[in-house]
Amino acid sequence: MALSLTEKAANHVQKTITNRGKGIGLRLGVKTSGCSGMAYVMEFADKVDEQDQIFESQGIKIFVDPKSLIYIDGTELDYVREGLNEGFQFNNPNTKNSCGCGESFNV
Amino acid sequence: MALLQISEPGQSAAPHQHNLAAGIDLGTTNSLVATVRSGLAETLPDNEGHHLLPSIVHYAKDAAPQVGYAAKAQANIDPLNTIASVKRLMGRGLKDVKTTGTRLPYDFVENEDQGMPMIRTVVGDRSPVQISADILNTLKQRAEKTLGGELTGVVITVPAYFDEAQRQATKDAATLAGLNVLRLLNEPTAAAVAYGLDKSAEGVHAIYDLGGGTFDISILRLQRGVFEVMATAGNSALGGDDFDRAIAQWIMQQAGIADDAEHSHIRELLDIARTAKETLSTNESAPLEIRLEEGSVWQGELSNDQFNQLIDPLIQKTIAPCRRTLRDAGLSTDDINEVVMVGGSTRMPRVREKIGDFFKRTPHVDIDPDKVVAIGAAIQADILAGNKPDDDMLLLDVIPLSLGIETMGGLVEKIIPRNTTIPVARGQDFTTFKDGQTAMAIHVVQGERELVMDCRSLARFELRGIPPMVAGAGRIRVSYQVDADGLLSVSAKEETSGVHSQITVKPSYGLQDNEIERMLKESLEYAEEDVATRTLREQQVEADRVINALRAALKADGQVLLKQHEFLEINTALEDLLKVEQGNDADAIKNAIERINDVTQEFAARRMDASIHQAMKGHRLNDFAENE
Repeated sequence: MALSLTEKAANHVQKTITNRGKGIGLRLGVKTSGCSGMAYVMEFADKVDEQDQIFESQGIKIFVDPKSLIYIDGTELDYVREGLNEGFQFNNPNTKNSCGCGESFNV
Repeated sequence: MALLQISEPGQSAAPHQHNLAAGIDLGTTNSLVATVRSGLAETLPDNEGHHLLPSIVHYAKDAAPQVGYAAKAQANIDPLNTIASVKRLMGRGLKDVKTTGTRLPYDFVENEDQGMPMIRTVVGDRSPVQISADILNTLKQRAEKTLGGELTGVVITVPAYFDEAQRQATKDAATLAGLNVLRLLNEPTAAAVAYGLDKSAEGVHAIYDLGGGTFDISILRLQRGVFEVMATAGNSALGGDDFDRAIAQWIMQQAGIADDAEHSHIRELLDIARTAKETLSTNESAPLEIRLEEGSVWQGELSNDQFNQLIDPLIQKTIAPCRRTLRDAGLSTDDINEVVMVGGSTRMPRVREKIGDFFKRTPHVDIDPDKVVAIGAAIQADILAGNKPDDDMLLLDVIPLSLGIETMGGLVEKIIPRNTTIPVARGQDFTTFKDGQTAMAIHVVQGERELVMDCRSLARFELRGIPPMVAGAGRIRVSYQVDADGLLSVSAKEETSGVHSQITVKPSYGLQDNEIERMLKESLEYAEEDVATRTLREQQVEADRVINALRAALKADGQVLLKQHEFLEINTALEDLLKVEQGNDADAIKNAIERINDVTQEFAARRMDASIHQAMKGHRLNDFAENE
């Protein structure tokens, strides 16, 4: 299994990294919090950690720690627009249920 | 499904705990809202894709106020209930308003004792604060819809020129709109932040901001990643609106339209003028078509040359403040590294050309000049809301109360005025007051009042080892520096000998918000009294100086250069001054000083002659000629 980006998501990541002026890729992960157990973490990656698993999709490097990978393996990251709002959406096959707003989830 | 944004490493927010922040440029003609998403600052469009929100509000009976383009569309139909350029009225009195433009097309409520000008509309009398709140509310809703949550706080920009009342009015409008103001930020500073000048190399930059209704020029110095505002000037009643008016007036002349035309007709003319102005940014000439009141149509054309002739005097009006700021900062145009253009009016090629000529370099126009201020505000808001790691923490904070120094007579000389962004460094030169003075006591105070006794004392120290000189010859540079944590250090240095001394204090220590408020309130309440006291003290100090100087002169040359009766006359005048000096009558002291000046004129002239004579003795004329 692996992690992947849609073309739209990749374009947006590339644009924001270029604008930021530094960064080697995107770091994804989960942390325990939120109203339904887990919450996604999505940050710019500036350095590689020792245990990092590294994936590449659409020319973007994705870094993820092995513990997080269990929960998000197979996820496709998309960039969508909903009315005025736009942002990234995790299409995570492991999710059993998520809270109403979708910011946290359960596996 | 919530949509996520990329965070800085280690800064991911817990669910439902995002600090949504926005920057708002509340402009005279147009307003914008911007935010930082995934590290990218951008202005937010409305449903139709418009980024700019015209700062126009239309009031109709039994309906929510319309803001923006919808209101703009009403301007010609219902001019008295459609309020534009309300920023010009913020924090102003009715009297100020009448002088800013003779033809403001609104129905002002004639009520002289009301501080704020009120505008009569169908929904009742509205104050500029309420109208601004309606604009802010629209931007707030746009931001919250876009970001999918309630705003934690906003940064709102104001012209560097705004005084206390105008800033407070802006804050009040935000509160009324239900916004939490993280900070009011000066527009030029926001522009500098937007251009990332804080990240670039060291240098001195000029920010030229010609918006719809205000003009600001600011000279910023960047040193080790820190801004120092060296000088600012401007004109809070000069902008694109005036350019439109100049064109409209020209059209009225050409088309033979009377000065007292209807509100709606004038409004229409202003729209046509604005369109012509915008057309001329890319074209050589602009066609004009005016509907006259009798139903006929006047057609004409505005050429680029004619346009330049109309606007050159207005552009010239911006050059004088540019020159003044340079002089204030002690710089010439050669010292300026970068020139940044801000405000929609800087799209006019003629403005870019003239300002480029003046500063002798090509101005920066990379970021949309309409959006640059909002973008800078958004970046600042993002930081203040806590979405950035600490080491990225900026720079910009403000000093709540002015920092000053005690001068002769127990007066306060303000070195760093309140609301100055920190870190900041400002210096001022002082001189010795008495002949042979070898030490100077430096008393650091904080507050808005004119007298030391009414301000807070922060620290005292002494500068010793000044070489003995005549009064006024010493040059003591006192520098105040406030770092990013609000820590103040004060240093004093005598320039000719190099002796120096310094001290560090934390100015805001122990000052509670309500105490700051009290001090501010007092400074307003006692404003008149303070001015009177200041005048008196200044006269007393001047009297002291005159007495000292005269006594020294009399001692040195009085016997030689003055006849008996002259000596007596001067002595009488001196005695008179001594008598009134400790009294409370500033005018009496002033008169006595003037009297001394009168009776000692001849004495001063003779002393000058004598010293020249002394200097030339023993030299031949050729000695002087060769020296030239």
